[in-house]
Amino acid sequence: MATLIALETARFGVPQWLWTIGFIIVKIAVVLAGVMLHVAYATYFERKVIGRMQNRLGPMIVGPYGLLQPIADGIKSFFKEDIIPTNADKPIFFMAPVLGLMAALSSLAVVPFFNGFVIANINIGLLFLFAMSSLAVYGVILGGWSSNSKFSFLGSLRASAQVISYEVPLGLSLVGVMMMAGSLNITEIVNAQSRYPGGMYIIAQWLGFFVFVVSAIAETNRSPFDLPEAEQELIAGFFTEYSGMRFALFFMAEYTGMIIMSSIAVLCFLGGWTIPPFVLKLLPFLGVVPGIVWFIMKLYVCIFFYYWIRSTLPRYRYDQLMAIGWKVLIPLSLANIVITAVLKILLHHAGTP
Amino acid sequence: MINQIFFFYFSAVIVAMSVMAITRRQVLHGVLYMLLMFFHIAGLYLFLNAEFISAVQIIVYAGAIMVLFLFVIMLLNLREDIRKKQFIAVWPMGLLVSSGILMVVLMSMLTVRTGTKGVWGIAQIERVTETVAVGTVLYMQYLFPFEVASLVLLVAIIGAIVLAKRKVK
Repeated sequence: MATLIALETARFGVPQWLWTIGFIIVKIAVVLAGVMLHVAYATYFERKVIGRMQNRLGPMIVGPYGLLQPIADGIKSFFKEDIIPTNADKPIFFMAPVLGLMAALSSLAVVPFFNGFVIANINIGLLFLFAMSSLAVYGVILGGWSSNSKFSFLGSLRASAQVISYEVPLGLSLVGVMMMAGSLNITEIVNAQSRYPGGMYIIAQWLGFFVFVVSAIAETNRSPFDLPEAEQELIAGFFTEYSGMRFALFFMAEYTGMIIMSSIAVLCFLGGWTIPPFVLKLLPFLGVVPGIVWFIMKLYVCIFFYYWIRSTLPRYRYDQLMAIGWKVLIPLSLANIVITAVLKILLHHAGTP
Repeated sequence: MINQIFFFYFSAVIVAMSVMAITRRQVLHGVLYMLLMFFHIAGLYLFLNAEFISAVQIIVYAGAIMVLFLFVIMLLNLREDIRKKQFIAVWPMGLLVSSGILMVVLMSMLTVRTGTKGVWGIAQIERVTETVAVGTVLYMQYLFPFEVASLVLLVAIIGAIVLAKRKVK
């Protein structure tokens, strides 16, 4: 900061550091607007996909093909009455949805959408993402606790146990990627993938990718691991007592969480905004397509996968959920770490990196 | 100047939040103040160029340990603490001991000496990034103490399992 102020050179009478700050704020606004739009249309996409899979049309009334449905939903929830339970712990009740959405949105700060476009290019990007994804559970826990209702309470108890259990394999599954890239900086990881002959770490890290996908679904409380909000048992789980805009905040936090998890998958396993070098050699005209297009295409493949799983698999039982997390995923991810480390040392000694 | 402002802010908030955390009657509010305190500690680490430690601080303390605290509070269904006139009968003794500790801390603060500078100066850390520096030192120089510490933790885990399993039999 001190050096920034010392370097100030006036441009249009505005000092340089003000330009820097202004540029960052514009970047944040662009990212937030873009992601919120994608969140809105992810809900539309979900209803369409699940509708088609169940032989229905999905939303069709509002706008052509129901395209304005997410906007109508947003306006509706904004103007709905905000109901607060009598015995709720009010400050925490107000804070919980905001906390959840805040944790989800602040993860966006370190996600590079295409080459060079990232709000904060920090060296510990991946760790920052873990930290923020582990904070997202606070919104759920506090929301359920402060509602003073048994359904909410049970939902948040389930959520906390689930998220603690699945955070461990989530972190461990990415250790293999960190070892292969030799860095925690996400831009570095993507660049290392484009140097790697396969072009995507999913080829070498398929075991890690499997563990990551399962624990990412559990971490974002999506079906088949949506125990915290199991409709048939708990009405709506932790947000039973929420209505109107506060409910919409929880909803947005969930979908932002899905987008974050999908973008981690894209960046760490699917090559981010790059395409594998052998594909580029085969079809050189693909090089003119901008990176953001590849990124968004891969992102939507991952999000489609979420919906596909949701409409295909029934919900797991609670003890099955815990057994999968602790007895299957953690040993698998530990095995993946050991295999990756041994292979890296062997290949390093053989001469090829 | 700006450094001092930041440091003063972080340390003042840490002290204030610690006081708030132990004086709340509602246990959950205390936990939330503690969470804020952990965030400010992480900020202080970041301020010292220790980005790795600060991320780990948030992941481990805010992400795991505080969630476990919340979990226990919710399982026991603690709402408000009972208001009692005097919690500990021998509080003059406690006052004596704690003021003695405060004296020791103050005396050691007055006679503090900074250690000799090692290899890992700020320039060196900025060159190799802090994560690499921590990894290198931990696994090269201090491998044996590190393994001993992990063995101690393993013993604790086994102990917890033995205690929990006894009832099942």
